Amino acid sequence: MKFSRLILANLFRKKVRLILTIGSFAIALVLFTFLAVVKSAFSRGTEIAGADRLIVVSRIGLMQVLPISHADKIAAIPGVKAVTHNHWFGGVYQDERNFFPQFVIDPENQRKVMTELVVPDDQWNNFVKDRQGAIAGKRTAERFHWKIGDRIPIKTTLYGGNSGEFNLDGIYHSDKPGGDESQFWLQWKYFDENVPAVLKSTAGWYVVKLNSPDDAVRVAKAIDDKFANSSFETKTETESAFAAYFAKQFGNIELLIITIGSVVFFTLLLVTGNTMAISVRERTSELAVLKAIGFSGRAVLFFVLAESIVIALVGGFLGLTLAYLAIPVIGLALTGLLPPLILSKSLLTLGVGFALFVGAASGLLPGIGAMRMRVVNALRRA
Amino acid sequence: MAIPIIYNVRSVKARWTSTIVAVVGVAGTVGVFVAMLSLARGFKATLVSSGSADNALITRAGATSEMTSGVSIDSVKIIQDAPGIARGAEGPLVTPEAVLMAPIPLLSTGTDANVQLRGVGPNVLTIRRNVKIIEGRMFRHGLNEIVVGKNAKATYSGLTLGSTIGLGSARWQVVGIFDAGGSAFDSEVWGDAHLLNGAYNRPDTFSQSVTVHLTSPAALQQLKDTLTADPRLNVDVVREIDYYSKQSTRMTQLITILGGFVAAIMAIGAVFGALNTMYSAVAERGREIATMRAVGFGGASVVFSFLFEALLISFVGGILGCLAVLPLNGLTTSTINFQTFSNLAFAFKITFDLLWMGVIFALIMGILGGMPPAIRAAGRPVASALREL
Repeated sequence: MKFSRLILANLFRKKVRLILTIGSFAIALVLFTFLAVVKSAFSRGTEIAGADRLIVVSRIGLMQVLPISHADKIAAIPGVKAVTHNHWFGGVYQDERNFFPQFVIDPENQRKVMTELVVPDDQWNNFVKDRQGAIAGKRTAERFHWKIGDRIPIKTTLYGGNSGEFNLDGIYHSDKPGGDESQFWLQWKYFDENVPAVLKSTAGWYVVKLNSPDDAVRVAKAIDDKFANSSFETKTETESAFAAYFAKQFGNIELLIITIGSVVFFTLLLVTGNTMAISVRERTSELAVLKAIGFSGRAVLFFVLAESIVIALVGGFLGLTLAYLAIPVIGLALTGLLPPLILSKSLLTLGVGFALFVGAASGLLPGIGAMRMRVVNALRRA
Repeated sequence: MAIPIIYNVRSVKARWTSTIVAVVGVAGTVGVFVAMLSLARGFKATLVSSGSADNALITRAGATSEMTSGVSIDSVKIIQDAPGIARGAEGPLVTPEAVLMAPIPLLSTGTDANVQLRGVGPNVLTIRRNVKIIEGRMFRHGLNEIVVGKNAKATYSGLTLGSTIGLGSARWQVVGIFDAGGSAFDSEVWGDAHLLNGAYNRPDTFSQSVTVHLTSPAALQQLKDTLTADPRLNVDVVREIDYYSKQSTRMTQLITILGGFVAAIMAIGAVFGALNTMYSAVAERGREIATMRAVGFGGASVVFSFLFEALLISFVGGILGCLAVLPLNGLTTSTINFQTFSNLAFAFKITFDLLWMGVIFALIMGILGGMPPAIRAAGRPVASALREL
């Protein structure tokens, strides 16, 4: 481009200002990405939920157990491919701060239903044979530096006097990006032998895999109808509805994030708009000279816009790079409190778009002013 | 000799557009900072105020919350005769409680959220003295009646006085609304422990926890020693206030980390804004500064003068930020309590010291943003600056 040298020279006219403006852009982009990443972490469960899975819980409340005999009855309903059951274990590893979800699982059906959570076959076979076996998610295993073969003590109030020590037989990972790799799985049989009588032969909830996602509504209704008016009525929802139910209970986090985001956006627009306006104002006479020697109004607008867009892009890229480096660190500080923070490609693209938009918007106003200015007046003023 | 303050006030006015930008930057940062802290504090205050120093909570040893605890009826009988427990007209002040959860639709979205149900003993109002019935009356033991916390009434549909609601396998009439002084109990629904256990197919020989009123806050140690030494029991004894403040740690930690990070990043942005404003102020006023130096003001006076200007801008920004979030004070919102999986209503709590911290934060940003330009202003050689323009 033949005017690139002119644009560059203009950019570097006030170095400190250039650095500060680019810095403001970078900061805003870091914030923007961070807020977007946190927001997606809060609603992660809903996004990754399998469309072909249903969750069956007790109608009267989440912490109420269901009899284990429901499993066969659910499996008999047409459209159901597989059924597995889970229990919330709620033990403590070393300290309450080391929270991770612990599920008592049904080894027979777990892998048929939770197909995206992958365990190598040899590890799985060891787990199935080992009544005190456990399988940890990759993230939890890495967090506590566990290796296969370690004995993991989990304090629990459920097992009466019996030990809550488990052998780590395997580590699972999720082959779906963003999947939950923090769970800790225990054997149902061992659980069933040790818990108090009220919890024997029970399941906390069932997970049902369907032949086809289109069947979800019909099968959910069939399950609830089957147990209606029994002493253990059920409530069946799709996995995403179930996850949304938890996400919603966080309250107005989404509103809060959007509010902060718009404050940041507005401030950024103001700051850069102001900086661009100042630098154009300072150069009124130069721009007038450009116009006087034959550059069109449009060319002048182009110079101003190009300058602000270059600043926006450089700042934007810098900010995204910073966010890319900082987010894993923050994610580490938040382990156990939030699902992993994931910076997706689409988010990065959105960030670049956002930077471009702000750059263009902040350059447009002073640029139009420069395009419209009358050469005679501007030259006389200087 | 100091440069008159009025000089700075006037020059701020002369450059009002860039000043406003800097003020808005600082105000936004302080606003977010104060709002986040008040959110974390409000959540904590709600849980902490739920406990009182002269009550003790007894759970199964090792239980992390009432949800994972269980105390048998035989244990309750042993506990109530222990020393250190206050006695009322109807015997020891002990309430064995059943803690359950029920999905009830929220008024705001119509979707279900978990309400904490608490089955309580007959003495509960003598034990939890911060709980007052403000509408209707207390439920009668042995009847399917419930009383509802004031936040629960405002959050969920169908919990108004006189209405009937199905919980578990039974239907219950709301006969009273209680005010628990902004504590976690305000988000709960209370009824007869035996009947609630029955409606949820729970054995009546267990309660989740036992809360006792102590003869004095100091009696806790005595009670703890007696109960933990008793071979028939396997329980933890904690002061009620400690139990609730521990429940708040995960959520306050989450809010503090998220809020702290956002505020820190915004602060850097605001310092950049202040730097930009002050640098252009210094650049535009090169001749003025040189003139001042020429007529005898010292370098230190110039530094002080520009620093003062930056502090003025950030102070106004800080005050505006505080004022902007002040209406949040007392605003009730709700979120999930990680420890119990139930919904908990709490209010933003903006205290004087938070505002004070906000203003100090703003002034720090002012110093960081004002110092380098001020030093540059003072460092320019007088003669060449006067010649420039």
